[in-house]
Amino acid sequence: MQAATGQELLGSALAVSAILFSMGVAGVLLRRNAIIVFMCIELMLNAVNLSFIALAQQLGPDGQVFVLFVMAVAAAEAAVGLAIIIAIYRHKQTVNLDKVNLLSG
Amino acid sequence: MPTSVGWVWLVVVLPFIGFLANGLISFLRPQAKSAVTAIGVGVLVAAFAVAVAVVAALAQGVESAPFVLTYWSWMTVGELELSVSLQVDQLSAVMLMVVTGVSALIHVFSVGYMREDPGYPRYFAYLNLFVFFMLVLVLGASFPVMFVGWEGVGLCSYLLIGFWYLDKSNADAGKKAFIMNRIGDFGFLIAMFLIFQVTGSLSFVEVFEQAPGAFAINGGMITLITLALFLGCTGKSAQIPLFTWLPDAMAGPTPVSALIHAATMVTAGVYLIARSNVLFAMAPASSVVVATTGAATALFAATIALKQWDIKKVLAYSTVSQLGYMFLGVGVGAYAGGIFHLVTHAFFKALLFLGSGSVIFALHRAYHATHRHEDAQDMRNMGGLRKYMPWTATVMWIATLAIAGVPGFSGFFSKDGILAATFARGHEHPVFYFLWVLGSVAALLTAFYMTRLMIYTFHGPNRTGANEEQHLAEAPWVMTAPLLVLAIGAAVGGVINLPHVLPAAGWVEHLFEPVTEMSHRYLPEAHLSVNAEWMLIGIATAIALVGIVAAWQLLKPAALLSAKDAAAETGFQRVLWKKWYVDEIYNALFVRPTVWLSRNVLWRVVDAGVIDGALVNGSAWTARAFGFIGSAVQTGRLAWYLLVFVIGTLVLLRTVM
Repeated sequence: MQAATGQELLGSALAVSAILFSMGVAGVLLRRNAIIVFMCIELMLNAVNLSFIALAQQLGPDGQVFVLFVMAVAAAEAAVGLAIIIAIYRHKQTVNLDKVNLLSG
Repeated sequence: MPTSVGWVWLVVVLPFIGFLANGLISFLRPQAKSAVTAIGVGVLVAAFAVAVAVVAALAQGVESAPFVLTYWSWMTVGELELSVSLQVDQLSAVMLMVVTGVSALIHVFSVGYMREDPGYPRYFAYLNLFVFFMLVLVLGASFPVMFVGWEGVGLCSYLLIGFWYLDKSNADAGKKAFIMNRIGDFGFLIAMFLIFQVTGSLSFVEVFEQAPGAFAINGGMITLITLALFLGCTGKSAQIPLFTWLPDAMAGPTPVSALIHAATMVTAGVYLIARSNVLFAMAPASSVVVATTGAATALFAATIALKQWDIKKVLAYSTVSQLGYMFLGVGVGAYAGGIFHLVTHAFFKALLFLGSGSVIFALHRAYHATHRHEDAQDMRNMGGLRKYMPWTATVMWIATLAIAGVPGFSGFFSKDGILAATFARGHEHPVFYFLWVLGSVAALLTAFYMTRLMIYTFHGPNRTGANEEQHLAEAPWVMTAPLLVLAIGAAVGGVINLPHVLPAAGWVEHLFEPVTEMSHRYLPEAHLSVNAEWMLIGIATAIALVGIVAAWQLLKPAALLSAKDAAAETGFQRVLWKKWYVDEIYNALFVRPTVWLSRNVLWRVVDAGVIDGALVNGSAWTARAFGFIGSAVQTGRLAWYLLVFVIGTLVLLRTVM
């Protein structure tokens, strides 16, 4: 079994990344549970991270640096986002996004 | 320039001050009639006095006339430089005297006639304003300044015809006058535009100086300009085809009919042609149109006057007919003759109208005293009034003899002058003999219908009513005094322009020579032999006498019934009584198609369909449709926004990559 070339790995990695990203988008659009939606957003971020890493093999280490930044921001976002979800749950006894519609007129 | 000529602005401004003061009074203190009288009549008497001084000063320095007094620049647009300026020369001086003199007398008469009217201050405000605009018209030194006066007198005419506007027929008559004048004003405007295009100027002095170089004699342009000017004249001066407003204008107070619709405003067209005599002399084809229209109108209106029962309607058609004579005069190149007839006509027609006003006043008072509602203007309700109103009867007989053309009276000389000038050009083309025949027949009819008016009004038995007879009386002196002054003018006014065969002949003609000298270059020499002139005088005399005697013999005032008992006219008499059905014909040809077009096309299709439907409601509907789409997108659901966001991103990526 031949070792896969960098070119082929890149294509597979980007394909996985696109699939992951699309799953994230679909989850954000279709799911109602705030925690699932939140996890889907993390999925989209990590799909982007994957494509950064894959492209960094060809274009130099800038992409890897970006991934570190994205992971740091995602960690901060997870802390804030989960805090908000807990606050919403305490307030409304639910994390269903269809019930959280105060701004929808 | 003699200094007093410089006061001419005062003549114009005085009536305007009167208008402002009386207008204020009519709003603030409508009961202050004595103040209105003092102001309204006072400004006119003062204006007349200043006018006399101006004309006297003009006579001193007449060699250097015309005097053009420029006051301020009106507008400067490109090549057009217009200034507000007045022109004092022989022609405007004569008009100045007629307008201020006759106006002053009619203002005095109005004091008596309108005394009981609640709109007394408003009446004098309008009348003062009219005199102001009329003076702007005759004194203006350029076509646009004249046009301001031209439009202004039209406005005052409208306001005064509809003075008793609570009666719809009066308001309608005012509208009719205004709209028919608009048709004529369109011609005046076109003429001004063309004159400016060709000569680059609009002031009388410059245009008439440049005219010989700028226009070809009998060329297309000069003919077009003069015909357009004449269209303006037919509107303002009630000639065929735009004459039907003038008889309806009798809806206004009678002094208004005397001043505006007999003596001054309606003669503006004659003045315009006399003023533009160079242009008309260079366009002989247009001049023939003017003369033919004038002669035809003179005869046509005279036939209608034969069968009218309303005393003011007779005089209105008589005015139309006499204006026709004036146009015949200026059309055959007798510009001085036309203006001379204008002057004598101002005297005798103002006198006739004021006299009829005095009669109507008396009848109205009699019917008022007995609380009967009868037509105070219908001659069938008059008869035998000379017993009750000897002064009015006497002065009206003088005016009748003048308008009928009895030798010695003013109208004889002026009418004979015009007919002689027409006859004198007969050797050029037989059409002028034909016009002379038309004019002479109209003169015969004039003598007949005026005598008819006098017989039915002042002679025979009284038909006013048994109870009313004791209330009939002469009008107060404030009304009869102006009649006497006008009667003097009507009787002896002819001396200012005697026929050539008499000593001291043609004073007005000599006076106007500087004004008309340029046009004489283009007019053929037309001299009558002494024999021919005596013959024409003889014929004119015979015509006048035949007309009067025929009316006296044929008409039987004793057999006349009062208006409510009289049978309807039949046959040809009915055609004349119905004014040849001209109003009905115009109604069918112009009014009804216009109304139909307005209602079914302009209103239903253009207004309701296009403007209201497509433009107003259509734009609202479009905005609402966009708003509907926009509001449907704004669901307030986050997932929907995200979906749109994702789709948008995908579309963008698709287009970029």
